[in-house]
Parts: sequence; structure tokens; C-alpha cells
Amino acid sequence: MSITVKQVTKRFGKFLALDHVDLEVPSGELLALLGPSGSGKTTLLRIISGLEAADSGTVLYHNENVTDAAVRDRNVGFVFQHYALFRHMSVFDNVAFGLRVRKWPTARITERVRELLRLVQLEGLERSRPSQLSGGQRQRVALARALAADPKVLLLDEPFGALDAKVRQELRQWLRRLHDEIHVTSVFVTHDQEEAFEVADRVVIMNRGQIEQTGTPQEIFERPATPFVMDFLGNVNVFHGSVARGRARLGSLELAYPEYQQDAAKAATAFVRSHDLEILRHKSARPSLKAEVVHINPARPVVKVRVHAQEFGVWLNVDMSWERYHELSLRAGDVVFVAPREVRVFVQDYAI
Amino acid sequence: MADVAMSPLRAHEDPPWVRRTLIGAAVVVMVALVGVPLLNVFVEAFAAGPAAYWNNLVHDPDTFQSILLTLSVAPVAVFLNLVFGLAAAWAIARFRFPGRAALTALIDLPFTVSPVVVGLFLLLLFGRQGFFGPWLQAHGIKIVFAYPGLVIATAFVTFPVVARELIPVMEALGADEEVAAVSLGARGWQVLRLITLPNIKWALLYGVILSNARAMGEFGAVFVVSGHIAGQTDTMPLRIEKLFQEYNLPGAFAVASLLSLLALVTLLVKTSLEWRTRRELREAEQARLDVGGTA
Repeated sequence: MSITVKQVTKRFGKFLALDHVDLEVPSGELLALLGPSGSGKTTLLRIISGLEAADSGTVLYHNENVTDAAVRDRNVGFVFQHYALFRHMSVFDNVAFGLRVRKWPTARITERVRELLRLVQLEGLERSRPSQLSGGQRQRVALARALAADPKVLLLDEPFGALDAKVRQELRQWLRRLHDEIHVTSVFVTHDQEEAFEVADRVVIMNRGQIEQTGTPQEIFERPATPFVMDFLGNVNVFHGSVARGRARLGSLELAYPEYQQDAAKAATAFVRSHDLEILRHKSARPSLKAEVVHINPARPVVKVRVHAQEFGVWLNVDMSWERYHELSLRAGDVVFVAPREVRVFVQDYAI
Repeated sequence: MADVAMSPLRAHEDPPWVRRTLIGAAVVVMVALVGVPLLNVFVEAFAAGPAAYWNNLVHDPDTFQSILLTLSVAPVAVFLNLVFGLAAAWAIARFRFPGRAALTALIDLPFTVSPVVVGLFLLLLFGRQGFFGPWLQAHGIKIVFAYPGLVIATAFVTFPVVARELIPVMEALGADEEVAAVSLGARGWQVLRLITLPNIKWALLYGVILSNARAMGEFGAVFVVSGHIAGQTDTMPLRIEKLFQEYNLPGAFAVASLLSLLALVTLLVKTSLEWRTRRELREAEQARLDVGGTA
């Protein structure tokens, strides 16, 4: 069942949580809504589920307009951030809840609950109370409960947010495998880009109530559409400069920028990923900046080097392989040349 | 006491003589003001022996009628209280709306206003010269000086009890489970019956027991609206007052002993429920900590 969101707007008082958002989730896809807090990702998820009503705009499930349908009539599975398991019920009763209120016959309920508990690997815990379970187990009960009544779509609000790092890692991979098995159209909200990129088929990056970019993890990582996306993905170095006549000028760095051929210079911001910077011992023909090594962090799997380009007044983070690190035998205080392999230039918008 | 004595004296603790003096003073006051009078009620009630006691309760028709009246007024008032209290607690704990703070304060009004004033206020509304008086008379409905008036007065005075018990528990529980139930397809009544009520059952029962005790013992408001018609609108507290005025002390103390007994039973049930309610609250908070703490 595909989901279509058209021109959805939502305000909370004066705060514009969603600003004319369009989104298309094809049937069977696992999509991540990624963004900082306050970006509107959870509000969008809640509007898709029907827990929240949009001020304007429409929500379609497979061409059926559900904008005004109550959440209980939409048949969605919703996994809450803090699970919201029914504390006075056993695991079995929690999972069976959605089936009982829908008046399934008892025999079918029992069969379905057992099937789901097998799916989420919680057989044998039917009689346990939520308070007796670990965080990861509670999460899986919440998932089984949401999936019980065969929902058309599965929506998850920060599904791994409350778990510790190790469990989170396991559950992520497990959710991916589960989705490959059951293929229900799923949307999950997260602020953790690693999580989004690892689990989702496609990632939607949100900021200030708008969608900045939609694409596969690879597309987004390789071709960030906006400065926000670039910055949000992190591990980037930011240069400020200008563009004119097909060239970008960033201090002493000069690069080709064929997208802008006009004479009048325009302010521009350039982003370079830390692994796209290379440290050279000697100045070469490639555009480079003179810099001093400030700090070396021999982390795994890459060595993280921080350098200071004095003439340009910037600090840069450079990631390099261990082989390269040994080859250069770098030490703090060394004067080196930093050359970018790939630079993404964004010309600033003067539309304001 | 044993572990108080064994625990080493810490810097922020008061010296033993201060503690002993304070505890001693509290015990003396409690015994003198509560213990002795309570005991005295039973001593006086049984002064002429158990047979006379029984006689005073059952074979005095007006007294017996007052017991029946109280037993029929209190449950209805408590039931009204239960419904209104649940609705008010739900509104305050679950919704954010303009005037919410004012409503929260207003719920306490029956506790802060003198019950006699409540009674007068009901007279002004439903009495013969009252606001609804002519209309009620024209339709042959009798509220004041009759059973409905007693129920309304009692329910009004005890109204805050259930709501006061429920609001903190419902706020601590949060709406998460209810929202989850709705997302799973539950209707409003199903949410109330399957999720909300099981989660607040001990607090609710506690509120009911407490408001029952208040309802049976209510005097001021009922005094004004009852009209003191012996054998008709006299509840147990009103009957006690009347017997006392008639110098029928054994009779007065016999009825008083019943109310005291009710108080003791309520206290007992209340203590055990308080313990469970606190556990309910603690579990609600623990559940949040479990979830939030590992993040």
C-alpha cells in the first residue's frame, strides 16, 4: 500500500511544524524520515498515521483519501518511541489487543499472536509483563503488537531511540531483515543518520518543516542537494568564498565551477568531506592549502588529523588510512599541504 | 523505632532528645484528642450493655430509619462522585485547554467552602423561593427537604475526593497507552474499560472508599437541606445531633459508634489502598525511567 502526502501544512500555535510537504512512499518501501529535533519529522509521521490532523493538505493510502479518517479506521501499525506497552497486560494480551478490539475469533487470535511472537523471536515470553522485559524485548513486543492486525502501513517513531548502542545496532539489522520478509510499507523517524542510512531503502531529510532532499542513502551521501544536507551529514569542512566566470575562489584554493559563468562574483560556500581531503608533504600542481598539523587522533578505522591553515584562518579535519598515515609519518607541528579531492560548492541564494 | 535507634546519627539529623520530645508530643496529642474520645464513644454506647445498644439502634424507628437513609444516600452520592470525578480527572489530566488551571482550582471549591454555605446555596437554587423553585413546584418535583436534596448536597460536598485521587495518578501514567490503544483500533469506551480503568483501579477504589466515608458523615450541607423531618430526612449524623439534644446519650453514642466503626474500617482499607496506589504511581514512574534512562 503506497502512501502519498500532498501539500501538508501543520502549525502548533505560531510554530510552523510542516510547510507544504509533499511525499511519496511506494508500496513495500522502508523509508526513513531523518532530521534534527523540531524539523517536523515526527509531526509528519503522526499526520500519516492519523494521530495528528493536518491543517491543510491531503494524505492518501493507495489513492484512497484518508485525510479525515480517524487513526482507528486507517489500520496502521504504530510503534511509539517509548513503546507504550500496556503495563497491566501480559505480552500475549498486548499483542492480541488490536485483534480483540476488532473482534477476531479467539482461535485465530491465539494462532496469530503465536505467529507474531515467533516472528519477533519472543516465544516463551507470552505470560511475561512488560516490566519484566529488557528494552530490546519491549521494542519487539511493540512491533509485534503493531503488526498484529495486518496493517496497511507500519509507522515507527524513533524506534531505537531509547535503547543502548549495542542493542540498537542489532535491532536495526533485524528490522531490515524483518522488512525484507514481510514487505509492509514502512516509515520510521530518526535523528540518527547512521540508522537511517543503514536501514532504509530511501531517506528523506527534513529541516524546519520542509523536505531538503529525498533519495537512496547513496544518492544523498554522494550528491547532497543543499548546504543543510551536507552539513547535517557531518564530517565536513566548510569553506567560504565566491564564484565568478566558471571558477570558485576559496582563499588560496581555486577550482573549476562551470555552473556559474557570469562576471559578477557571488558568495559561495564549499563543503569538503574529511575523507576527501588529502595531506601532502610537498606542494604540488594540485590546488592545496598550506597548514600545520595540530592534533592526531589515531582512531579506528581511520586516523583523524586536525590541521590549521593559518593564512586562510580555518581548521580542517582530515581522515586518512593507516597506511597513508605511516607513509607520511605525521607529527603534530608538521607543516603540510592539504588538497581536496572533491569539493561541493553551493552558491548562496540571494532570493531573500 | 529499632532501625532509627540503630542508624548512626548523621550531621543533618536532630539530636535524640529533640526527636523524642517531638514524637512524644505528637503521641500525647493524638491520644488525648483522637484516641480517648473515640474509645469513649464505644464506652458510652455500651454503657447499658449490648442489649440496650442493640435496642437503641434497631428498635428506635427514627434511628433505624436514619441508618437506612444514610445507606441509601451515600452510595448514590458516591456513584455520582465516581462518574464526575473520573470525567473531571480525565479532562484535567489529558487535555490542555484554556481555563484548565481555573477548573483544577474549582474542583477544590467544595472542600474550601463551609458545608453550611453549600446547603444554603442549594436552598437558593432549589428551595420554594429559589431560582428553580417555581418550576420544580409546578412539575411536582421535590428536591429540598427530600431524598434528592440529600443526595445533591452529599455529592457536592464530597465531589473533590475522587478527582483529587485520580489526577496525580493519571498525570503520572500519561496518555501513551491510551493513544496506543486508539492506534490499535480501540474505541473510546474500550480504551476506558481495557486500558485506563485497570491502570487506575487502586486510586479509584481509594477515592470511592474515602468519599463514601465523607458522604456518610456529612453534616453541614445536609443539615440545611434536610429540614430535619424525623423518620424521613434525618441521616445518621443528623440523628446523632437530635438524640444528643434530647439528652438521649446512649442512643446518640450508639449511632456515633456506627459512624466511628465506619471511620476505622475506612482507615484500614485506605492504608492498604494507599500502599497499592503508591505502587501504581511508582511503577508508572519506573516505566518512564526504564525507557528514558537507557537512551
